Amino acid sequence: MMIAPIEAGMTLVYQRPDTLTPVPTHYCPGCTHGIAHRLVAEVIDELGVREQTIGVAPVGCSVFAYRYFNCDFAQAAHGRAPAMATGLKRVNPDQLVFTYQGDGDLASIGMAEIIHAAARGENLTVIFVNNAIYGMTGGQMAPTTLAGQRTTSSPSGRDLTTQGYPLKISELLSQIDGAAYVVRRSLHDVVNIKRAKKAIRIAFEVQQRGLGLSLVELLSSCPTNWRMTPEAALAWIKDEMVPVYPLGDFKLPKEA
Amino acid sequence: MKELLRGNVAFAEAAVRAGCEAYFGYPITPQNEALEHLARRMPELGRVFVQAESEVAAINMVYGAACAGVRAMTSSSSPGMSLMMEGLSYLAGSDLPAVVVDIMRGGPGLGNIAPAQSDYQQMVKGGGHGDYKLLVLAPATVQELIDHTVLAFDLAERYRCVAVVLADGSLGQMMEPAELPPLQPLRPRPSWALTGAKSRPPNVITSIHLDPEEEERFNHHLQAKYAEIKAHEVRLVEDRLDDARLAVVAFGTAGRLAQTAIKAARAEGLAVGLFRPLTLYPFPEAQLRRLAERVEAVLVVEMNTGQMLEDVERIVAGRAPVSFFGRTGGVMPMPEEILSVIRRCPQLCQEVAR
Repeated sequence: MMIAPIEAGMTLVYQRPDTLTPVPTHYCPGCTHGIAHRLVAEVIDELGVREQTIGVAPVGCSVFAYRYFNCDFAQAAHGRAPAMATGLKRVNPDQLVFTYQGDGDLASIGMAEIIHAAARGENLTVIFVNNAIYGMTGGQMAPTTLAGQRTTSSPSGRDLTTQGYPLKISELLSQIDGAAYVVRRSLHDVVNIKRAKKAIRIAFEVQQRGLGLSLVELLSSCPTNWRMTPEAALAWIKDEMVPVYPLGDFKLPKEA
Repeated sequence: MKELLRGNVAFAEAAVRAGCEAYFGYPITPQNEALEHLARRMPELGRVFVQAESEVAAINMVYGAACAGVRAMTSSSSPGMSLMMEGLSYLAGSDLPAVVVDIMRGGPGLGNIAPAQSDYQQMVKGGGHGDYKLLVLAPATVQELIDHTVLAFDLAERYRCVAVVLADGSLGQMMEPAELPPLQPLRPRPSWALTGAKSRPPNVITSIHLDPEEEERFNHHLQAKYAEIKAHEVRLVEDRLDDARLAVVAFGTAGRLAQTAIKAARAEGLAVGLFRPLTLYPFPEAQLRRLAERVEAVLVVEMNTGQMLEDVERIVAGRAPVSFFGRTGGVMPMPEEILSVIRRCPQLCQEVAR
């Protein structure tokens, strides 16, 4: 990676966080995974915990997340990241453990694992990337796919009578006593990105304080499989996803 | 000093003594006493016990703890093991050590909770997807169950593989005098473990190799490891085989029942002996092949419909006729039944006729 030398009298105001590796990612142009990765990395840098953080990558588009984070990392079986993270955290109670999971991984095949990790009040942080589709496998319907949304496995649009309803994970998990912090944010514009970063920071702090499971749901774009330009995809989050998945705080620590 | 110990409690306590730092399990009969013992014992020692929401979660918790470089284990029984196959494949695909105790019961399906050897194929052949093997130990007594559990931790660590202790419900439930080992100190974490990248480059544990040639290289690495295991870890018990004309091949509880039958047959003057593998993978292939050269017949006895039989037939490869006697579904073959099968062996009948 080329880094321009800083001229005398100039101040460096923006650079790659230490927690990100200097390699190009495999993500599609316009995908918001890059933003989500950067936010997590900035928070880890700011908290000064890179050397005591262990990440768990899912199966899905972010399966290679471990290539991009400059910290210890494990790669889990599909949906099992919260169980794997439970094992890691229980024997490494002084480390910060986070999972990074998409909607197919967390909200479909890994539903039992996330609910029970929350129920046990595991001190884990979960970054839940909801882009309403299976990205890695080519754009099939996810549990979070919107009503009427066209995917390769709901070619006429998701039919609620035969294919069910979008699953609202943050609302669901907020009902679980062991979940300490559950919020939904969006990555569709700068203001929301800043709010998302603040939430990720709080989520890691909740883990540091040992309060229980912390989860930040991030509404994200998938221009490739939504068949949209990156710009139109961001607008689609705002116009179509946010009304179904309202942004907000669903569970806050009692003493926050 | 020997104590009267139930099998399930014995292997659980043996794991504690072997330095197991984390246990994850899900209730299933006939191995619940192990989970219950560890629910009390692990917190007492400041170690980790988690009752998981499923066997799927339990094995993935083991996966996580194994990534952290601690001695980690789970135990279950046949239907639970089926659910763990995914995790076992991932553990193998990540070169991780872990210990699994399978207290087998009658199957398929929900089956029953009676003793059976229904999981030989599942555990010895790999069970999950991909080119991998589990190191499989087959105890026949509570003492062997203890010793094999300790050995399983040592071998898993030495080879960075999953070691399985394959026993059945009768061994899990039976009580007999046995001696537990002393409490070992906990192991230091290995250099590859995920412990936070403090003053070192990050460690990564993954089982994905998108480049087929890279995956092939990894699979050859696994095979090289299994070749090492085959070369150094074969274990078996041979009893009364020196002058035997008939060799009975049986593992675990079936081997113990066969041994009683063989003792009675010897009293009748029948030249029969026992070949009991203690390691099912690696199987004592060379030993069995040599034995098949000099006996007149081989009888396989199992508590299933002939799972190990396929391996014995492959190894004997026509050197001697191979016959089979098994009871299945949780029915145990009684020594008297085995004895009457031995008596009917044509090679031994000729001896009696002479």
